[in-house]
Amino acid sequence: MSPSRRLALVLTVLSVVLVLAAAGALFLGSAHLSPGTVVAAVAGRAAPESIERVVTLSIRLPRIAAAVLAGGALAVAGVAFQALTRNPLAEPSVLGISAGAAFGVVIGQSFGLGLTVREAVGLTAFAFAGALIAAGAVYVIAAVGAGLSVQTLLLAGVIVGIFFSAAITVVISVLDFNRLGGVVHWLLGNLAPIPPGALGLFALLSALGFALVVTHARELNLMALGEEALLQLGVAADRLKLVIFVGAALLTASVVAFVGPIGFVGLIVPHILRILLGSDNRVLVPAALVGGGIFLLLADTLARSIVAPAELSVGVITSFCGAPFFIYLLRTRYRANL
Amino acid sequence: MSPRDTALAELRDVSFSYPATGERRARPFALSNLSLAIAPGEIVGVIGPNSSGKTTLIRLLTRVLEPAAGEIRLDGVPIGRLARTELARRVAVVPQGILPQFPFTVGELVLMGRYPHDPGRYFESPRDRAAAREAMEATGVLQLADMPLEHLSGGERQRAVIARAVAQEPRLLVLDEPTAHLDLRYQVEAAALLRRLNRERGMTILLVSHDLNLAAEVCDRLLLLNSGRAAAIGSAEAVLEETLLGSVFGCGVAVDRSETTRRPVVRLVWRAEAPAVRAGEREVPETT
Repeated sequence: MSPSRRLALVLTVLSVVLVLAAAGALFLGSAHLSPGTVVAAVAGRAAPESIERVVTLSIRLPRIAAAVLAGGALAVAGVAFQALTRNPLAEPSVLGISAGAAFGVVIGQSFGLGLTVREAVGLTAFAFAGALIAAGAVYVIAAVGAGLSVQTLLLAGVIVGIFFSAAITVVISVLDFNRLGGVVHWLLGNLAPIPPGALGLFALLSALGFALVVTHARELNLMALGEEALLQLGVAADRLKLVIFVGAALLTASVVAFVGPIGFVGLIVPHILRILLGSDNRVLVPAALVGGGIFLLLADTLARSIVAPAELSVGVITSFCGAPFFIYLLRTRYRANL
Repeated sequence: MSPRDTALAELRDVSFSYPATGERRARPFALSNLSLAIAPGEIVGVIGPNSSGKTTLIRLLTRVLEPAAGEIRLDGVPIGRLARTELARRVAVVPQGILPQFPFTVGELVLMGRYPHDPGRYFESPRDRAAAREAMEATGVLQLADMPLEHLSGGERQRAVIARAVAQEPRLLVLDEPTAHLDLRYQVEAAALLRRLNRERGMTILLVSHDLNLAAEVCDRLLLLNSGRAAAIGSAEAVLEETLLGSVFGCGVAVDRSETTRRPVVRLVWRAEAPAVRAGEREVPETT
C-alpha cells in the first residue's frame, strides 16, 4: 500500500471511532435525556428554550468539541516535543511547559481576562509567554554540560514544573479568591462549556499550531538522526527547531488557556499510536490529532459519569492513566544514551 | 587539465578552531592549513590519533562548521555557495553509530536519505522508493527493510546506515569510523562493501578511520593527520611508514606486508615492560 493511501485509511478509521465516541458522549450525562430527545435536539426539532435543547446543544456539544480539540492539540504537541528533544518521554506537562503556560493564564486572569473572544486572545498570549519562559528555563537548566541527555531534560522539566506550580499558588493566595473563581478546578483541567466565540478561537489557534507541525512532519523524522545528520541531509536545523517549538508551544498554550493544564495526553496517545502505526511522523502527527481527540473525549465522558451527578476533572483521569504509563515507558522503552 | 580542475572535492589551506569554552583550554587550531584534493572515483582514507582533526574535517566538508580560513570546493564551486540540500545531494555522511531514539524501520531510515532530492514532498515518490530499494540491495539489507533498527545486529545496523547514505545518491560518500565497536568479520564485510560501492556505483569515498589496516586495505591514498596538520599524504605504502607512525601515534609500530594483498599491515609493538607514567606527564607526547 502506498504511504498516502495508508495514511488515508488510518485517518478514516480513527475518524469513524471519533464520530462514534462523540455520538456516545452526546447521549450520556447527568440530565438523563432519552436518546430520542437528544436526536430531536440535534436535528433542531426541540423547542428553543427546552431543557433537551440547552443540554444537548449548549452544554454537551461544546464540551465534546473542547475535549476533541484539546486532546488533539496535546497529542500533536507531545509528538512534536518528543521529536524536538529526541526524547520519547517528553510531553508538555512532563517538560513543565504546561505549568509555565498555566502560570501565564493565572497572571492573565488576575488582570481580569476571561473567555470572551477578545480577552481569550490576551489569555492565550499570556499562556504562550508562560510556555516560552518555562521551555527556555528547561533548556538552560538541561543544556549544562554536553548535549541534552534524557535524564537532565526530564529533571529540568520536573523542577520547572514544581517552580511554576508554586508560583501559581502564590498568585492565587495573594489575589482576591472571588476573581479567580474556579481556578482550582481549572488547574486540574476543566472541560466545562466554552462560549462559541472562544471555542472558535481555540480551534483556530490549534489549527495553526497543527499546521506548523504537520508541514514539517518529514523533517521531524530526520531529527531523530541528530543535529549533525539533520544539517548533512540539507535541513536548516535551527529554523526547523524554532518552527516546531513555536507550533508545540502554541498548541500547549491554547489548551491551557481554554481548558487548563491537562497532563499526560501528549505521552499516552503518541505512544499507543507508535505501537499501532510505527514511528513515521507523517502518519503519527495527523493520527495524533484525531487519536488525541478520541482519548480525551473518552476520558472526559468517564470523568463526568463515574461519580455522577458530581463530576471529576478530566485531568484527574488522564493523570491516573498517565502516571503508570510513564513508569512503564521509563522501565521498558528507555535508552539512557542518546 | 590540472588536478585542481578535475577534483571532486578540494580543500585549500583550510584552517579551523573551536571556540574556547570555560574550563577547556583554548586549543590550537583543530585544523591548520590543510589542503587535500579528492579526484572522482578515488577512495581516500583519513587516519590519525584522537583529536587530530578527522571529524572536524567531515564537519567542514558538510558545512556543519565554517572554516576560519581557506576554501572548500565541490566540483569547483565553493560549498558556501551551494544550498544545503544541493550539498546534501553531492556529499553523504555515514556517521558513527548513533541509533535513533524511536523504533524506525530499516526502510524508513533509508528513505530519509532521499530528503535532499525533493524536500517539499510529504511522502517520497516512486523514484525515491526505487532508489532506496537499490541502496538496500547494494548493502545487503533489503530483506531487513521492515525490521526496526533496534532489532538488528551491530553490523546489520551499520549497513542500514550506509544504505541511507547510498540512497542519497551522493558523488562523495564520507564514512566516519565505520568499523568502530564492530567485530573482525564486519571489517572484512565493510572493506568489500566499500570497494563494491566504489566500483559498481562509481562512488568517490572518503573513509575516516582509526583502523589503519582497513584504510590501508581499501584506500587508494591516505591522509595522515596529526594535531590538525597533514603529517603525510600519499599511497598507503608511503604514509604507513614505521618512524612516521611511531612519532605521530607516540608508540612503537611495525609495518609488514599482507601475504595475500601485498598491502601494508600495521602492528603495535608492545614494549617488554610498560613504562610508568609519571605524575603530570601526558600519556601521549605531543609531537611538533
